[in-house]
Amino acid sequence: MPPGVPFAEPVPVQIELLEQGSSLWKDAWFRLKKNRVALLGLWTFLLIAVVCFAGPFFTGFSYESTEITLKASAPLERILSKTQLRKVGEAKETYLALSNLEDEFLEKSVAERRAIVKQVESGDEFREGNVTYRLSKQRHFFGTDPLGRDLLTRVLVGGRISLAVGFAATVVSMVIGVIWGVVAGFAGGKVDTIMMRSVDVLYALPFTVVVILLMVTFGRNFVLLFVAIGAVEWLNMSRIVRGQIIALKNQEFIEAAISLGLSARRIMFRHLIPNVMGSIIIYATLTVPNVMLLEAVLSFLGLGVQPPLSSWGVLIDEGSRTMETSIWLLFFPAIFFSLTLFSLNFLGDGLRDALDPKASKD
Amino acid sequence: MKTVMALISALFLSGLLWVQAQCAIIDTSSYSLTLREANRNKILLITVGSEPRTLDPQAAQGVTEHHIIMAMIEGLVAPSLRDQSKVVPGMADRWEHNEDSSIWTFHIGEDREWSNGDPVTAHDFVFSYRRMLTASFGAQYAENLFILKGAEDYYKGKTRDFDKVGVKAIDDHNLRIELVGPTPYLLSLVQHDSWLPVNPKAILKFGNIDTRDTKWTHAGNFIANGPFVMKSWRPNDVIQVVRNPRYWDAANVKLNGINFYSIENLNTQDRAFQAGQLHKTDQVSLDKVPYYRRVHPELIRIDPYEGVYFYRLNISRKALDNPKVRLALNLAVDREAIVKNILREDQKPATGFTPPGMGDYEPLKKHSYDPDRARQLLAEAGYPNGKGFPKFTIHFNTLESHRAIAEAIQQMWKEELGIEVTLENQEWKVYLDTQNSMNYDISRSAWIGDFMDPVTFLSMWTTGNGNNNTHWSNPKYDALIDQAARTGDPQARLEVLRQAEDIFLREAPVVIIYWYTNAYLLQPSVQNWYPLVLGNHNYKYIDLKDEFEATK
Amino acid sequence: MIKVIAGRLLQLIPVLWVILTLTFFMTKIVPGGPFSAERQATPEVIAQLNAYYGLDKPVWQQYLGYLSKVVRFDFGPSYTYQSESVNEVIARAFPISLQIGTLAFFIALIIGVTAGVVAAVNKNKLWDYLPMSIAMLGICLPTFVLGPVLALVFGLILKLAPVSGWYGLNYVPLHPMVMPAVTLGLFYAAYIARLTRGGMLDILNQDFIRTARAKGVPEHEIIFRHAMRGGLLPVVAFLGPSFAGLISGSFVVEKVFNVPGLGQEFIKSVFNRDYPLILGTVLFFGALIVIFNLVSDVVQALLDPRSRK
Repeated sequence: MPPGVPFAEPVPVQIELLEQGSSLWKDAWFRLKKNRVALLGLWTFLLIAVVCFAGPFFTGFSYESTEITLKASAPLERILSKTQLRKVGEAKETYLALSNLEDEFLEKSVAERRAIVKQVESGDEFREGNVTYRLSKQRHFFGTDPLGRDLLTRVLVGGRISLAVGFAATVVSMVIGVIWGVVAGFAGGKVDTIMMRSVDVLYALPFTVVVILLMVTFGRNFVLLFVAIGAVEWLNMSRIVRGQIIALKNQEFIEAAISLGLSARRIMFRHLIPNVMGSIIIYATLTVPNVMLLEAVLSFLGLGVQPPLSSWGVLIDEGSRTMETSIWLLFFPAIFFSLTLFSLNFLGDGLRDALDPKASKD
Repeated sequence: MKTVMALISALFLSGLLWVQAQCAIIDTSSYSLTLREANRNKILLITVGSEPRTLDPQAAQGVTEHHIIMAMIEGLVAPSLRDQSKVVPGMADRWEHNEDSSIWTFHIGEDREWSNGDPVTAHDFVFSYRRMLTASFGAQYAENLFILKGAEDYYKGKTRDFDKVGVKAIDDHNLRIELVGPTPYLLSLVQHDSWLPVNPKAILKFGNIDTRDTKWTHAGNFIANGPFVMKSWRPNDVIQVVRNPRYWDAANVKLNGINFYSIENLNTQDRAFQAGQLHKTDQVSLDKVPYYRRVHPELIRIDPYEGVYFYRLNISRKALDNPKVRLALNLAVDREAIVKNILREDQKPATGFTPPGMGDYEPLKKHSYDPDRARQLLAEAGYPNGKGFPKFTIHFNTLESHRAIAEAIQQMWKEELGIEVTLENQEWKVYLDTQNSMNYDISRSAWIGDFMDPVTFLSMWTTGNGNNNTHWSNPKYDALIDQAARTGDPQARLEVLRQAEDIFLREAPVVIIYWYTNAYLLQPSVQNWYPLVLGNHNYKYIDLKDEFEATK
Repeated sequence: MIKVIAGRLLQLIPVLWVILTLTFFMTKIVPGGPFSAERQATPEVIAQLNAYYGLDKPVWQQYLGYLSKVVRFDFGPSYTYQSESVNEVIARAFPISLQIGTLAFFIALIIGVTAGVVAAVNKNKLWDYLPMSIAMLGICLPTFVLGPVLALVFGLILKLAPVSGWYGLNYVPLHPMVMPAVTLGLFYAAYIARLTRGGMLDILNQDFIRTARAKGVPEHEIIFRHAMRGGLLPVVAFLGPSFAGLISGSFVVEKVFNVPGLGQEFIKSVFNRDYPLILGTVLFFGALIVIFNLVSDVVQALLDPRSRK
């Protein structure tokens, strides 16, 4: 989230009573289904999520084992295996890209090198001493990173991390933000002022310092990462929720509940929160991409996920540094990242439109 | 539908970029205006990396500062053109030493001047060393001068009389330096920032001899005795120096000025170079090296460098306290593979600790890649195939190359020895803290030589030395280092140091990995930039060719 | 009104005090000090430096000492820039971030509002999805990706803008503030576009618009004279804090384009443990945010009588 984004977007308020709640959701779902773009967003996102969580089991590569002789090979480039017989019966197999085969024979003449390349390319094997080069069946759909790791697997695994961080941080921020905002909005007066001024203060705090502090004090694990991010995101959530609650507070059904003597907790949890659920869900859907962006920025600063685990943020950062020589390292993670953000944003927009009672007039 | 459109346009854009990237990005036939003008006006455009913290030689902390200060302040002697271990006259035009090199006398040339017209005298040097050794000034590396007789006592306050310290101005033009022991390498030592002179008037104008953080280093106040003077200093942007007409050898200075740009990020350095904003970058990022070597070999230079990259081992940890284990860890690292596949800058796999290039000191050939022997040693130590071996963590500061090397070594140890290590990268200051407080298991480290003598790599491993940080202590080693400090004959002295390093490598409190090289981009118009192992170039020799050939 | 403004300005003081206190103690807890280096200095030197900068006193004393200097607007010396005070560092770095931020602000405003209005007016049609998708690109491409791409295209390939630095770069047509501002502006433009679209849609659905249409008022008059005033309200709420954020410097674009702005200084100061500079910049940012929140609240109140207290 860029500094200074309070996300004070207009969000509709549900003013229908609880008994009619179910039909509100049915209506909303119906309207959402008609919104093709939002639906597309929903399905795209689900697809990406499924692929990221299940995909790595099927790619045939590991996300962490390095193959440094392979280096950064282009997508679908031919891979060769180099078998080296060290002792009797003990062979060491490494892999390299076809385009790097020439580098192995820099002492030979150019013509000789070309001949060797041609020979191996055509399917024959080339043997020199105890080393054999031949084509292997390995295919990397997205290419490899500079340490020879399959990019497709890394992107999918990175997706797991990014999505996990996104959702976990959002849940954390939701819980804190909603409770804070409901209490502030409902209590009003001095309590409200103090609570919201605290939000202002926390907002001005340097995010980096907070994260460094948390990362360092409690050790580096990525569970902590989403707690740290969530701890920053809840501020906006609380502002939105508070605004909604204030609008709701003056409705008759709440006045009725108060005059009936219902406890404040009951009112908050059973009457207020369910009625702002719509905004909460919308905002949550829109927070996830912000969190993912934040995590990417942290990686840019070197404070993100630990290697060999990777996230889209780390992959994009690494990729943008080798943009001129290996653009696939940037392209594929960026595509996945952007697609996910796109889908979630469209979905969130669609939800907002769908839950807006005024839209039904058209 | 719209996402499809977006996809298509994204694909198109990236395809465009990819095509562009395949062509030579550097179109030297349309050199930027700035580079052409700079060549014509003989202004060198260079970056030394990040912004210097200070340009006060006594407060300077590192290589970045040194490379800028060197343009403006010249010490007793200066680097020669082609060989880093040889010197040319600086402020001193002749010098001599006694039999065991423990007493040196430098004659300050009569024509040496400061940029404000003051003559350079031996008193200036005495003043500067006194400043460095005044504890209240807080020079970070005051201990560099402890090699002067009586310096440590003066610094620690045991004596208040600076006359007791082994530096004396016999008269205006003769400086006598007396050291604690034989110091045959003094000529290399006195080129370091700690030994450079400052003009007393410049300092005292802004306070006392020990006043910190004054503005005397700013443009307009900086008084120089070197080939250049400061014209302007825009922090985090550029430091401009121009020709110093009062420099004693100004007639032989070829350049008219140097612009030192502050660019920390390697990719930005690369872009600036390609855009024609720089003659020379500070380094090249790892993944660009193969590209330059293959497509533009005339632009990339890879010089040997006096530095060693290694992993410190905390030998107070169980398992790491066994020398056999430590040796095994060393023997299981395929340095050749790392250097060839990750680093690709012609770095040398380390076989000892002190890198080659230190004159007559031959690097030791102790460690190599021998996984069988490594496994055997590990089994002998009680961990056959890694069974029961504790899980350690490799700490390093956040940098892509450190991570890549650590991951490769993690893999190697797993495959060859069957042991598991985890990796943890930390932010720079946290990492330093971890290392200095010895809260680590295995910590990535590096050491760059300060001067041309192996003792700069070996003295740090004595017991309790602030830069040891491994808990390693060997009285025999300490004794040998001490003995070397008292040996007058240079060859005999080197032999003693060899013995010491042999002990060090045998006990292996570190895993040696590689010896550095210095890879950087350099425009062909820059002349006389020879490969020097400490990277300390005498700017007065550097020249710029006015015409250039378009290279593709 | 004046009373409210004065009241809010007075609230600045406790808010800033809390920020200062929290940040101060946080920086003390984070490990690593300003004087640790790869080549360790001797313990005596470290002790000397700690004494010089007052870091050897108990934390409470340091805090009170710092507080007493701050009320006189003296933020102390910088540990990184050894011959400059924090005031001087902020004074030289802030104007650069200000220039970039202001330009970015206008870019964001113009592109964002235009895109949002066009989208709202053409709801659910091509001219709704197109600008919104492009706006989405602005949100989904992080600045540290967009920045280098733009640097590559406009700096290296087209040679229109400098790729690094701020001073003396007059051999390319574009000033060094342009590319960072564009990168930053596109990002904020996306948010503004969405906010504008949302706000305009809300207004356009209201009865008084229908009435105007029924009365035969031409469409462009409806949009510009009737709808925008209310439709831009949510944008105004967002503008205040976003302007504060923009001019306090986005460290990402400053780093990518290597301009010596305040954002970079702040990040560097954190990594160098330059406590006075950290505290100085944090207080400075904090004050900016609070002030600009106030400005946007005031503008909101002026535009919409309903939100006046």
